[in-house]
Amino acid sequence: MKPPPFAYHAPRALAEAVGALAEAGPDGKVLAGGQSLIPLLNMRLAAPARIVDINRLTELDTVEVTERGVRVGALARHSRVLRSIEAARAQPLLTDALRHVAHPVVRNRGTVVGSLAHADPAAELPAVLAVLGGSVDAMSAGGRRTIPADAFFTGPLESALRPGELAVSAFFPGLPPYGGAAFGEVTRRHGDYALVGVAAVVVLDDDLRVASARAGYLSVGATPLVLDLTEAAGRRSPGSCDWAAVAAHAESLVDPETDIHAGADYRRHLAGVLTERVLRAAAANALERGEP
Amino acid sequence: MSGFGEPIARREDPRLITGQGRYVDDLGAGALAAAFVRSPHAHARVVDIDVDAALDVDGLVAIYTWEDLPGRVGEPLPLLIPHPSLTHGRTGHPLARDVVRHVGEPIVMVVAEDRYLAEDAAERIQVTYEPLPPVVGLREAADATRLVHDDVPGNVGAHMVQEVAGEGGADARAAIDAAPHVLEFRLDIERSASMPLEGRGVYARWDTDDGSLRVYSSTQASTSVRAAIAARLGLPPGKVEVIAPDVGGGFGVKIVHPWPEEVLVPWAARLLDREVKWAEDRREHFVSAAHERAQVHFVRVGFDDDGRLLGLDVRILHDHGAYTPYGIIIPIITSTQLLGPYKPGAYRVEFTSLYTNTVIVTPYRGAGRPQGVFCMERTMDRIADFLGRDRTEVRAVNFIQPDEFPYDQGLIFQDGRPLVYDSGDYPELLRRAKKLIDWDGFEKARTEAAARGRRIGIGIAGYVEGTGVGPYEGGHVEIDTSGRVHVSTGLTSQGQGHQTVFAQIVASELGVLIDDVQVTTGDTRRFGYAVGTFASRAAVMSGNAIALACRKLRDKALRIAGEALEADPRDLDITDGVVHVRGNPAAAIPLRTVAVLSNPLRYAFDEEAKRATQFAVSGSMDDPPIAPGDEPGLEGRDYYSPPRSTFAAGMHAAIVEVDPDTAEVRVLKYAVVHDCGRLINPRIVEGQIHGGVAQGIGGALYERMVYDGAGQLLNASFMDFLMPYATEIPRIETDHIETPSPLNPLGIKGAGEAGVIPVSAVIAAAIEDAEGIRIDAMPISPDEIFRLRQRAATGDAELLKRSRGRPVPS
Repeated sequence: MKPPPFAYHAPRALAEAVGALAEAGPDGKVLAGGQSLIPLLNMRLAAPARIVDINRLTELDTVEVTERGVRVGALARHSRVLRSIEAARAQPLLTDALRHVAHPVVRNRGTVVGSLAHADPAAELPAVLAVLGGSVDAMSAGGRRTIPADAFFTGPLESALRPGELAVSAFFPGLPPYGGAAFGEVTRRHGDYALVGVAAVVVLDDDLRVASARAGYLSVGATPLVLDLTEAAGRRSPGSCDWAAVAAHAESLVDPETDIHAGADYRRHLAGVLTERVLRAAAANALERGEP
Repeated sequence: MSGFGEPIARREDPRLITGQGRYVDDLGAGALAAAFVRSPHAHARVVDIDVDAALDVDGLVAIYTWEDLPGRVGEPLPLLIPHPSLTHGRTGHPLARDVVRHVGEPIVMVVAEDRYLAEDAAERIQVTYEPLPPVVGLREAADATRLVHDDVPGNVGAHMVQEVAGEGGADARAAIDAAPHVLEFRLDIERSASMPLEGRGVYARWDTDDGSLRVYSSTQASTSVRAAIAARLGLPPGKVEVIAPDVGGGFGVKIVHPWPEEVLVPWAARLLDREVKWAEDRREHFVSAAHERAQVHFVRVGFDDDGRLLGLDVRILHDHGAYTPYGIIIPIITSTQLLGPYKPGAYRVEFTSLYTNTVIVTPYRGAGRPQGVFCMERTMDRIADFLGRDRTEVRAVNFIQPDEFPYDQGLIFQDGRPLVYDSGDYPELLRRAKKLIDWDGFEKARTEAAARGRRIGIGIAGYVEGTGVGPYEGGHVEIDTSGRVHVSTGLTSQGQGHQTVFAQIVASELGVLIDDVQVTTGDTRRFGYAVGTFASRAAVMSGNAIALACRKLRDKALRIAGEALEADPRDLDITDGVVHVRGNPAAAIPLRTVAVLSNPLRYAFDEEAKRATQFAVSGSMDDPPIAPGDEPGLEGRDYYSPPRSTFAAGMHAAIVEVDPDTAEVRVLKYAVVHDCGRLINPRIVEGQIHGGVAQGIGGALYERMVYDGAGQLLNASFMDFLMPYATEIPRIETDHIETPSPLNPLGIKGAGEAGVIPVSAVIAAAIEDAEGIRIDAMPISPDEIFRLRQRAATGDAELLKRSRGRPVPS
């Protein structure tokens, strides 16, 4: 369990990092928190010729909270984002989901943007970014571009990032007034990748009826799955909504796979159970947040 | 006070928890590193090994295949515990010769300047295989349409039957046929593994000028590793030193020896005249160390209206993996310890031990007992359900009673000796366990939980554990001229707390301060004769040997002190390291001075030593300075060799909650009542129990070895092999009773394995009780509970009698 040889770059400026990645092309790999890359290297499942370590780029260690939402820089650790009261206020779903990311030691090193770039469909943050309709900003020698979440996750451990590109930040839109969110997952052990996880956002209209109900799923497919359940919920008040029926509808739409930890049928069942739980919680959260 | 019986804190912990531990991989920073090319196939013929591409790796030192191993180095590894029933025992070679029989079997050893380079070279070695059909799982092994070893028909390594007649001489099958009630069922336990946090490791230094070898190994049996290495390398045992430094857990897997690496690393160190080290990584540990537990049990039981056993017939299929280096200890233990605290009536047990193309199976904490207890306790629960009686009542009518000891179960145990229980009080264990878990208050709790939409269940299980098996251990205790007490025993420590408990024994036996006592274990330089640390034997075996050595030393100290004080030794006591006349503290001499006097000197190397020189000591001019039969020095050495094992026992109970929607299981409460005879240190015993229960919960709810049909282990990492975290382990309530063992001077019984033994039985019972659906295979996952519910809904799963006719839980 020792990595194969690789060239190591530790740039001190963003431009230098982008330059190194451009030079490395498809042979380059970015090292941020290292919580996924280092095990892959040690097990010799990945053998990049060049590693660009961005841990000295402190300019990327940022959490910016505005009325629009939360922008997280590429070097911000899970634990830092989790501790941000402003971020929790603007987008509680991000904080809720971060609590489910592994363990404190992993959260102290792992980065939010790194988790997105790794694009593991069993991870919490890709589903959160997807259900919120967020985006990732990428920089390369050719310039900067914004990639919306629905275009970012292209397959298991595959993203729209191109060789030579560095994901510099991610943007998580904030919750509108009368918007509520909740996250739930079932894991085998505390902190494990979820068998199934669901992130839900419910937005109410001025009459406190459901205007939008969306759910993002992890561990049910190759990429995060987002279901718009607004129609299934109907334009009812949260109290009169048949959330069980909405969940049953969602359950019929997910198509998870069997692995060594859980069968497809059980995962589908969990998707239904969790959908009902988090939709109810998100709707309750929306009512709470809407109260003056 | 810090003597026998005191719950003092572990003396080794400040060192271990502040990173001062000294494990194999902390040693030999400049040593060459070994890495291995291991088989990616479960069963294959090795056709060709091409090392050319590896030769380009800078820092490569050597590459070895089986062809390179001379004489005894390349011979098959020893079959450590032969047994007449093991008619087809087979062991592997240190490096594979022709055929590999499990994924992970070593084929090539690479030695390089460091482990990175060794792995780089290993990766470039091209091995050509001719794949052979693999045998995976007990069903394929029993079908025997494919063979693991060409010369082992039916894949059967061993077959053994033991039988005890019941009252009136009826054999078990006849007794069952004649019984008022008969039940018949199958019970399964899957594979798990010891999985110590430190893997195996070997570091060897050859001294050319001295012709001697020093080997550090993460082992549970350093003296036997020494014997094995000396034999293989053709060295006199006196020229081989084997030391077990700090060992980061063993749990059984490190009792196996010599591992291939324990032969190869010292051999290469001598050949290359360079230090060589190998530290196992986690993936290697999963596929090339050892597993345990996989067994299928077919049970047939006859009983009367009270639930009293009249006859019990158990057939066992045991999966022992690709080879049998450790013999058939596990199914023998299952066969015998299955009986637990009960009288079985007539008993027949038969096991067939089968080869499969998987990692070898050797004892893991509990060693066959968890499976046996699962059989017996699930049987008790089935009888209770069948009769509609309380599960604890059925157990109570079958107990061996406190006035029936010694109790002979009529079987032969794993040590080749009769299975005779020495002491115990099983009704009291049950009484206390019921109290600790509030058994009688549970129906009320169940009803209240149900009213809140929660589903809870309760389970209970007992066990008897033969501990402290022979043949022997020894102890050596020496007091030096500064009053320090040096204690050594040959068996090894893997974190049990030996530095503490052995010192407590010494403090009590000698009347010395515990701070003056230093304990050394597992170092052949200090103690050359030993067996090893397994079978919950260290406290019983070495503890008693050390106590006996202390008593010899004490006699000598009192004799010398008596001469110095002109007092009768029978009037002397030792307090805080000072010998004094009882009732007259002024007439005293410190043990350090007694140590000076014990060693007649010609040369005074310091002031204290002057007192022992030839012109200082008085005494007859006609007697030799050392009397015939006496020895210089203040030391004692003795051995403890028991007639047979001593039998600890316990009763565990748990309350679990199963989520009605997600089928997740949470252990709400776990209670243990434990009897290991006299307690040396209650705190350490509780720690052992807590760790054991945690491992048991791992085995019940989380851990399994997932092999696919091709014999690939699919979860060979800590990401996918679900060892529980602290977050999965409930608070554990413990209570003790003490029924001293009449077999040994200290009256103690082993405690190391106890915690793990009944956990699968308890958790299965509690989940079954919560769900009302029969549980007959462990471990169990939420997915499996979900599927059981689905099957119950379609009438395809067996419901408990009490839940038949009721709506099936959804």
